[in-house]
Amino acid sequence: MEIRVEKIRKEFDLYPALHDVSLDIKSGELIALLGPSGSGKTTLLRLIAGLEQPTQGRIFFGNEDASYKSVQERNVGFVFQHYALFRHMTVAENVAFGLTVRPKAQRPPKAEIRRRALELLDMVQLSGLEKRFPNQLSGGQRQRVALARAMAIEPRVLLLDEPFGALDAKVRKELRRWLREFHDRTGHTTVFVTHDQEEALELADRVVVMSQGKIEQVGSSDDVYDRPNSPFVFSFIGESANLPVTVEGGAVFFHGAPTGLSAQRDGAARLFFRPQDVSLAQEGPCFTGPVTSSRRLAGTRIAEVELGSSDQPCHVEIEVPLDAAASNGSVLSFRPTRWKLFY
Amino acid sequence: MISARSAARWHWKNPSVIPGFGLTLGFTLAYLTLIILIPLAALGWRSAALGWFDFFRLITDARTLGALKVSFSTALIAAVVNVVFGVITAWVLVRYDFPGRRVVDAIVDLPFAIPTAVAGIALTALYAPNGLIGSFLTPLGIKVAYTPIGIVIALIAIGLPFVVRTVQPVMQEISREVEEAAASLGANRFQTIFRVILPGLVPAILTGFALALARGIGEYGSVIFIAGNIPFVSEIAPLLIVIRLEEFDYGSATAIATIMLIISFLMLLLINVIQAWSRRRFGYEQ
Repeated sequence: MEIRVEKIRKEFDLYPALHDVSLDIKSGELIALLGPSGSGKTTLLRLIAGLEQPTQGRIFFGNEDASYKSVQERNVGFVFQHYALFRHMTVAENVAFGLTVRPKAQRPPKAEIRRRALELLDMVQLSGLEKRFPNQLSGGQRQRVALARAMAIEPRVLLLDEPFGALDAKVRKELRRWLREFHDRTGHTTVFVTHDQEEALELADRVVVMSQGKIEQVGSSDDVYDRPNSPFVFSFIGESANLPVTVEGGAVFFHGAPTGLSAQRDGAARLFFRPQDVSLAQEGPCFTGPVTSSRRLAGTRIAEVELGSSDQPCHVEIEVPLDAAASNGSVLSFRPTRWKLFY
Repeated sequence: MISARSAARWHWKNPSVIPGFGLTLGFTLAYLTLIILIPLAALGWRSAALGWFDFFRLITDARTLGALKVSFSTALIAAVVNVVFGVITAWVLVRYDFPGRRVVDAIVDLPFAIPTAVAGIALTALYAPNGLIGSFLTPLGIKVAYTPIGIVIALIAIGLPFVVRTVQPVMQEISREVEEAAASLGANRFQTIFRVILPGLVPAILTGFALALARGIGEYGSVIFIAGNIPFVSEIAPLLIVIRLEEFDYGSATAIATIMLIISFLMLLLINVIQAWSRRRFGYEQ
């Protein structure tokens, strides 16, 4: 099921949570809504689900305008961060709930409901636990029950709100891989919200980076990491350093000194680069400064270099080879190899 | 091996860093003994002195049976009514924010605070045939004051806070997400309330029911004013005990008290068993 979000605006007590957000989700895609807290990602997900009503704008499911349909009518599978299982029902009853509340005419017979619940539990690898109650399960198992429960109604789209947020790191990684496989097997259009960029980059076909109620960038993991289109995306995704520079006559200057980089447009700008995208320089114009601290990080060393004048120092972190002389106080010269200017 | 065996051995208490187990348990037992167990034991002692035959004769006395029937049936009806209205009251207080919510919240506790006799007299004045409400009911042929209906109304007033105050905190903890989950699965409002929210409240509702019932069985002050106290019709067992005492018929008073105690104990025990079952059933304990 394709989903089209058209110029959605949502205000809570006049405070806008989303400003005119538009997004096209292709059928069968796995999409991540990524952003810091307060960026509106959960609000967008809840609007798609119908748990919130938009102040303005429209949401289409395929060709059907679903903007003002209730959550019941939209037929979406929603998975909550804290599972939201029904604690007085067994696992099987939880999964079957969506089928048992259907009007009589559309409700499958009891035996059929039970068969489907067990089939779904098998799919989420929880066979044999159908008689347990939710609080007899671990967090990861509960979240899989929640997923099976959402799948039971054969939803047109699967929406997950920070599905792994309440789980510990190891279970989280397992479930992440498992969800990817699950998606590849079932082919459901899936949207999930996360503030964990690693999760978004690893899992999603496309990542929607959000900030302050707006979509900053939509793209594949490679797009948002390698070709960030705004200072926010550059600094939010992955590690990055940024420095105030000026461009004059095609050359980039930092604190009045040439840096060896060139650009098309003149003016004041901010230079962004990733710590690993630098090379140490022996000669010629470059960035030079004393190392203020350095630390070993797995196979590399991270050095913090102080640049600029001593009254307005800028600190940047760069990756240096393990054999480079990068002890405190030693002076490093380097040049970014991949970088981007934002004016 | 030795350590494994000693670990498995039964202990008076599980080792704990929280101090004072001996002291607090000792205090609790002494306290309960002094204010509950000794008086009850005295009651048992006195009724045992009657002998089985006399005891049986006294409790099967027609007037006693009538009073017991009035007491337990009115308390039961009042507790059931309180469950329905108490849950609705708790719902309103938890779910909606409206002007005066705090005032309503405070009013719920009033029956705890006012002397029961005052409540009884006020209700009598209202529901008497010439009272504010009674004057409307009388032409319809409904008699409230001086009938068992009056007793039920007094017990409803007295028992309401027990249900509200036990259900309210549990209701407060139901997360919005659970309701949203039900809605996203296609459940309408009615199904969400009756299949998702209320079942989760059953243990709390049972507790409230048990408290309201127990209070209703023992209630005296408010009932005697509104009941009219007609033997076999609206005379409650606690009143009959007082009447027997005033007649210096201590044996009879003791016997009625004992049988009330036994029935109440059995009822509360049953409720507790159901409650323990429902707590397990509804997944509160493993």
